[in-house]
Amino acid sequence: MKEISLNILDIAENSVKAGASLTEITVTENDERLALTVRDNGCGMTEETLKSVTNPFYTTRTTRKVGMGLPLLKMEAEQTGGSLEITSVPQSEDSVKHGTCVTAVFNKKHIDYTPLGDVVSSIVTLIQGHPDTDFLFTHINGNRTVALDTRELRTVLEDVPLNSYEVLDWIKNYLRKEENK
Amino acid sequence: MKSLAELQAIKEKMKDKVILREGVNSTRVVVGMATCGIAAGARPVLNTLVEEVNREGLMDKVTVSQTGCIGICQLEPIVEVFEAGKEKVTYVKMTPEKAKRIVSEHLKNGNVVNEYTIAGHKE
Repeated sequence: MKEISLNILDIAENSVKAGASLTEITVTENDERLALTVRDNGCGMTEETLKSVTNPFYTTRTTRKVGMGLPLLKMEAEQTGGSLEITSVPQSEDSVKHGTCVTAVFNKKHIDYTPLGDVVSSIVTLIQGHPDTDFLFTHINGNRTVALDTRELRTVLEDVPLNSYEVLDWIKNYLRKEENK
Repeated sequence: MKSLAELQAIKEKMKDKVILREGVNSTRVVVGMATCGIAAGARPVLNTLVEEVNREGLMDKVTVSQTGCIGICQLEPIVEVFEAGKEKVTYVKMTPEKAKRIVSEHLKNGNVVNEYTIAGHKE
């Protein structure tokens, strides 16, 4: 992947597929380090599944036998001297607190670090594709915080769908403005 | 927050439109957004399609949605066009520029852009 924001789009897709009603995407960075966390309240995974998700020859999809999403993220994080950690609680174990949390840490000073890139575009794309699930996006960069909670937008919009063009355009402009403050 | 007031204004404007839009979309445009598609550049293709469909005023006729892996990863980004009563059209190796042409020529005027389809593209 050319940008970490593309990994975000890809990994958050797993959360939606796991039936999450809320996916929290948090990027925390300073000059040296970037940490990405994708936490969801989806169906979770058993310990056995968890062991195989960073193996490229494990996938839930049926069209072909490889799944590159998490293995790519792991490789991209580790090649900067960072790490990837995944924790998960399957629904079968805990019917309330189930879900998965993926954390990738990057060393920004490393020559193999790929930039975060257009994270706004990824968030807009996620909302466009999944207007009926919620996303909480938080980007902390030094002492500046950008946040967007689709649950808040929904209370304003009532029955106007989040993937209406006008709404998507507002989200894009709002996040771009906040990101550039 | 000023911005939320803007969103409120959008909602007031949209309320009536939403009812109108339901059930009239006859063309479905689907973009492959699995790892393979995303890595090959599907994100700007999807966003260009969404923007151009709106710019051309086609949002009552066309819905743009996302899907997983279509199965021919080497030809990603892939865009499929489903029109009622017609055969599916598969566009391969898409770019934002190609997406613009597909909206104006195919979705707006009904002419398939053959050179971008899976059958017509050149390696």
